Amino acid sequence: MLLVAVVLPWSTLSLPGLFEGPLNSPGTLQLLAICLVFAGLALGYDLLFGRAGLLSFGHALYVAAGAYGVDILVSHYGWQLWTAAAVTVPAAAVLAALLGSVALRTSGIAFSMVTLAFAQVGHIVINRDPGGLTGGEEGLPLSSAGLPAMFTGVVNTVNLYWLALAFLTVVVLVVHAIDRAPLGRTLTGLRDDERRIAVLGLSPYRLKLLAFVLAGTLAGLGGVIYALVVGGASPHIASSELTLSLIVMAVLGGAGTRWGAVVGGFLYAYLDQRLARLGGSLPGPFGEPLFVLGTLFILAVYFAPGGLASLGSRLEPLRRALRPRRPGDGHPAPVTDAV
Amino acid sequence: MILKINDLSVRLGGSHILQGVAFDVAETGVTALLGRNGVGKTTTLRAVLGEVPATGEVLFDGRPALGRATHRLVRDGLGYVPEDRCVFAGLTVAENLRLAVRVPSPDFDLVFDLFPELRQRAGQRAGTLSGGQQQMVAIARVLLNPNRLLLVDEPTKGLAPAVVTAVAAVLERVATRVPILLVEQNLAVVRRLATDAVVLEAGRTAWRGRAADLLSDADATRSLLGVGTTAGRH
Amino acid sequence: MSTVVLLALTGLGLAALYFLIASGLSLVFGLAGVLNFAHGLFLSVGAYAAWTVSESWGLAPAVLLGIAVAAATGALVELVLIRPLYTRHTEQVLVTVGLSLAGVALLQSVWGADARVFPRPAWASSVVSIAGAQVPADRFLLIGAAVLVLLGLLAFLRFTRYGLVIRAGVENRDMVSALGIDVRNAFTLVFTIGGALAGLAGILAGMYFSSISPGQGASLLIFAFIVVVIGGLGSVTGAFAAAVAVGLLQQFVNYYGTAGAGDVSVVALLAAVLLLRPAGLAGKAAPA
Repeated sequence: MLLVAVVLPWSTLSLPGLFEGPLNSPGTLQLLAICLVFAGLALGYDLLFGRAGLLSFGHALYVAAGAYGVDILVSHYGWQLWTAAAVTVPAAAVLAALLGSVALRTSGIAFSMVTLAFAQVGHIVINRDPGGLTGGEEGLPLSSAGLPAMFTGVVNTVNLYWLALAFLTVVVLVVHAIDRAPLGRTLTGLRDDERRIAVLGLSPYRLKLLAFVLAGTLAGLGGVIYALVVGGASPHIASSELTLSLIVMAVLGGAGTRWGAVVGGFLYAYLDQRLARLGGSLPGPFGEPLFVLGTLFILAVYFAPGGLASLGSRLEPLRRALRPRRPGDGHPAPVTDAV
Repeated sequence: MILKINDLSVRLGGSHILQGVAFDVAETGVTALLGRNGVGKTTTLRAVLGEVPATGEVLFDGRPALGRATHRLVRDGLGYVPEDRCVFAGLTVAENLRLAVRVPSPDFDLVFDLFPELRQRAGQRAGTLSGGQQQMVAIARVLLNPNRLLLVDEPTKGLAPAVVTAVAAVLERVATRVPILLVEQNLAVVRRLATDAVVLEAGRTAWRGRAADLLSDADATRSLLGVGTTAGRH
Repeated sequence: MSTVVLLALTGLGLAALYFLIASGLSLVFGLAGVLNFAHGLFLSVGAYAAWTVSESWGLAPAVLLGIAVAAATGALVELVLIRPLYTRHTEQVLVTVGLSLAGVALLQSVWGADARVFPRPAWASSVVSIAGAQVPADRFLLIGAAVLVLLGLLAFLRFTRYGLVIRAGVENRDMVSALGIDVRNAFTLVFTIGGALAGLAGILAGMYFSSISPGQGASLLIFAFIVVVIGGLGSVTGAFAAAVAVGLLQQFVNYYGTAGAGDVSVVALLAAVLLLRPAGLAGKAAPA
């Protein structure tokens, strides 16, 4: 899949209906870049939700920290992009460590509420425009003065696309490395039965905090990339609605699976943008992207509890039945159990 | 047979807690369900009640019980006295009893005859009662309604010796009216009440027969229950 | 002094709204274990239903209709969406999340994204003089409604069979079933009550702010969540005390501190309460 993404900018193919203009036009590339960023953000969130079983309602805060952090340093203080990013991402990590260490003293629904409340503070502060820093409800456009020439101008949209793809690759590498490492198994063990992990002599609190900080760092990085791709930051990315949509993405795709959240994030972001553009031409509530996505999501919870990733494994018996039988193919292949 | 259990299996959170439990409960008397800690005694009761998902066959009063809602089984006469009493701590004694009533003429006479103390403590919050008094409330709750079978889980756990004797005396009286499937660690109580016995080991039925036969066999008791027959509790 | 009185009464008015939303949320969570993100939708549905007929029917019947529609929405959501996912709490939360997103979008497509002017009884626009303060009468409308609801709810919980089942179910749902009671009927009931109270809150919020908009429920909902957690999940009196604390704190700090400081201080209060008493002011330990 990533391979397709790599060759895509050289394609002049037109897919009418799916995209306006050929694949390598700036408009399409920007749309795709946003989809890639959300794919990465969703997978980063799934490290918390699908793997560690932490239902955080405040992930938007760290995305916003990354986006506003870099935006403010570049646009108000005239920093160079790379220096600003190098400061912002660790700052998001520190923020996640501080707030996570408080929030993780609670568990279950209370944890969800505390993270929601912390993020709400971020949303409120950004909306109030303290000291004229955040631009309030209008948002803060990213000043191009501090940006390298390669990221400015419409002709360079392809570079933003590369950047978004690089971000997604980083998230995929990190999360998949964790999946393979003992840490990944410990985290899923934590999700399934916290006492068992505690019996092994590991501290559930520290493990959860580690996952929280890692996810927060990836979110901060994603925020930086997002600000570059869309050319600024707006209060929407700090809202609880953004976190809710990350949850929707992870669940739609298949929480806790290798590629589920990536696919879910990409599709969600694509539909969100396309539906918004088509909005006027669709009848009634179907003109509202959130109506369509929310309804899809509810249907997915009922009819595809493992998300899109589980549909593949559900079709597996059918595929096996159709496959010609080879000697030694006697017992069925294990069906991956999507959670 | 009021209860027939066959090939009962329960999986919870990846572990196979019951792996084909099979035994029957007679129409009269007390059947003791025994075994070491963690062999699945409580899980067996909860599976019969439909509180945990289970596979296999359970016939209560001749009808399949698995897959039926807990409250329907209870209305059909399956009374449950859970481990740790589970009285509603924030409700008064009277409210705890009133909540349990589901027939037009509940047997308050029997309840206050067995537990006269509950009448005086009607207005007290159940959470402030002693363990023995809470156990009385828990037993009284099921006795208000007619039952075909009682599931009683460790009724003497954590109680003082004098209270243990009192609870055993009550159960002995109750057992003359309705059969009981009793989970109990205290072998003196088992000896006093039980007619039949079933022993579980690692999620399976390891022994079934007359309670007296089990308790008179020192080797079987030691190997199955991990205790000598003379010791009341380990 | 007059400023303090005005701030206090305004804070209590806000507290009344929080309480009306939070009491239903708290009962739903305490009994059914569902963190209901769609609760804000019930609020908006009630407000829009009342707004739609208020011109032709008059205000009082419109209010009753709004409450009824919101109650029916609550019952329907429980029966159709929540019940099939019995005991699968994470999925239930996810469904309410989806519903809150889709529902607000649906309202927006029917009534538009812009705020609508909401009618109020004439006397609510008058001003009452108390201890030198000129207090708008709508505050008393909110406070009075909340106090009546509190008393009604407490009487219902204390003196009725269903109230008994709900109180017991908040403590231990499984044990209620094990007494032969179909506890799911009580779930539908708390969703209906929660819907009705949220609808009332939506209408009163409309009167208080003089306008309604599709997103209004969601923004009030976050503070109601905070009230629920501070008050202790499942506790009506806890929710009442927490609503008063949150409403007053928010008003006073917003007035004497910088803009937005009140909202921040409410969250700080939440963090403090959770760290000191994870179960909230009056609650039992939160299950899961």
